[in-house]
Amino acid sequence: MSGRRNVARATREEVEDFLYREAALLDAWRLDEWLALTTADCGYYVPPNEKPDADHRSTLFTVADNHARLVERVKRLKDPSAHAEYPPSRTRRMISNVHITGGDSDTIEVAANFVVYRFRRDDDRRAFVGHYRYKLRRENGVLKIAERRAILDSEELGALGAVSFIL
Amino acid sequence: MTDRYVIEDRAQNTFSLSREALVSPAVLEKEHRAIFDRCWIYVGHASELAQPGDFRTRQVAGRPVIFCRDKAGVIRALLNSCRHRGTTVCREREGNARQFMCMYHGWTYETDGALKNVPGPEAYGAAFDKRKFGLVPVPRFEHYRDFYFACFDRLAPPLVDYLAGAKEYIDLVVDQSPSGRMEIIAGVQEYDVKANWKLLVENSVDDYHLPTVHTTWLNYMKNAGVNVRPPKEEGLLLPSKGWGKDLGNGHLTTDNVNFRGRPVARWISIYGEDAKADIDAIRRELVARLGEERAARIADTNRNLIVFPNLALNDGSSVTVRTFFPIAPDRMRVTAWCLGPSEETPAQRARRLDAFLTFYGPGGFATPDDVAALEAVQQGLAAWREVGWSDMSRGMAKPADAQLNTDEGHMRVFWRRWSELMDRAG
Repeated sequence: MSGRRNVARATREEVEDFLYREAALLDAWRLDEWLALTTADCGYYVPPNEKPDADHRSTLFTVADNHARLVERVKRLKDPSAHAEYPPSRTRRMISNVHITGGDSDTIEVAANFVVYRFRRDDDRRAFVGHYRYKLRRENGVLKIAERRAILDSEELGALGAVSFIL
Repeated sequence: MTDRYVIEDRAQNTFSLSREALVSPAVLEKEHRAIFDRCWIYVGHASELAQPGDFRTRQVAGRPVIFCRDKAGVIRALLNSCRHRGTTVCREREGNARQFMCMYHGWTYETDGALKNVPGPEAYGAAFDKRKFGLVPVPRFEHYRDFYFACFDRLAPPLVDYLAGAKEYIDLVVDQSPSGRMEIIAGVQEYDVKANWKLLVENSVDDYHLPTVHTTWLNYMKNAGVNVRPPKEEGLLLPSKGWGKDLGNGHLTTDNVNFRGRPVARWISIYGEDAKADIDAIRRELVARLGEERAARIADTNRNLIVFPNLALNDGSSVTVRTFFPIAPDRMRVTAWCLGPSEETPAQRARRLDAFLTFYGPGGFATPDDVAALEAVQQGLAAWREVGWSDMSRGMAKPADAQLNTDEGHMRVFWRRWSELMDRAG
């Protein structure tokens, strides 16, 4: 039973607070602070709509960033030359149905539903609906994102268009 | 109203495009007849149908199509419309079928389209001939090196003639596979762009926009150690020289000296140090099989090909197969796949997919900015009644064989063909 004592622990309340804080940073485009929530080996994935359970090493994803790519993505999004997000979209994230789904000695697996509304001038409101799968890890006692997977429910991107902001 | 959408003056080197062609519902209606019902239109790739019974349903030029491999192994494109009352008989995106059964009244078809069974056949009388009620195939269906195309004009020339000079550029992609078998990799990108479909034809081959639209991608490449400074030669805007070419029948391509990373076979730091030896091995295989010159042609150039009217094969940071259809004058649906050699190892495949996402797709570092550019164009085109014409004359003062990828000579090829077909339709 010694393994049991080693299972990484967190309460749902702590995880919820963490996800809400993350959502607020993203909605405020405080991207450097958001990046600071990720571990140095963090991966960020948006699987293709029709193959939500696929592996990015053998299937074409919409987004499959390792940490280095994620750092570059944030650089890009802060640059006014990232035309798709300049001026930055207004987004509002609704996070719900948060639950801890598993984990091991250093990882906490979390699932949550999301609706991300995205607004741009002269554009329709777009609603990105789906669920997140997170792997969280404690570094010096602080929760960090080791993996973040945003899985969309729509059958295709279709009218959602591009996923140019961090979903 | 004007009857002429493209006005070219070779003496004055002007080429003007009526913006009405990009906003008008009447033009779109005419395009359906003059372009999409007359040209060879890309349906899918043989690799998407590995086994007998495999099928993919998709829209092709507005028609619902079952792209399938029948029980005997023959690849077909059947119109997905029950002969009884019209229902789509296959409603899944993809899968393997023993038969297609209509959900409405249960008419059942073989995978080759033959009508197999009708519930309650006695009510139809003795004259009812099941052989006359099979699923209707698209009128013409041919392939070139596993790329399957449909044509809704029975009198159209054969696909191999239609493709003209585009064949050579398809070969440059297919020859990347040691066995000549490329495959569509799982995972499709389907997204709308709020712009006229022809703007994506232009954008796919428009290298003039690279320094402005893709600044952040160029910065990303630079951070990865790629030299993105234009050479000193006069008139060059990009890190390497490239051409825009007319391939006949409205097909066109860019043909560029490569400066960016390519899974076949140009290493950049993004691939990681441990990929160096593997990329060298890919290069050696190319040279051994095809010789130095042909290997260099394949690996050291990158090319964005347009097969008229709506297929783009972009062989750059990876290979993307991209097709797009108009939904409305100001909206299109884009479908894009990643293509790779079927022999790739898991590590090579992962690298190809990763390289794809550095540039392409709705979450890539470049494509979203193309989408933004096309949507901004479409918004600006709303002033078409006052600002009636777009200028497409870049490079016109130079000979046809001196057109750079940053000129518009190759785009004029598309528009001339488009104009000719629209005129011909009356």
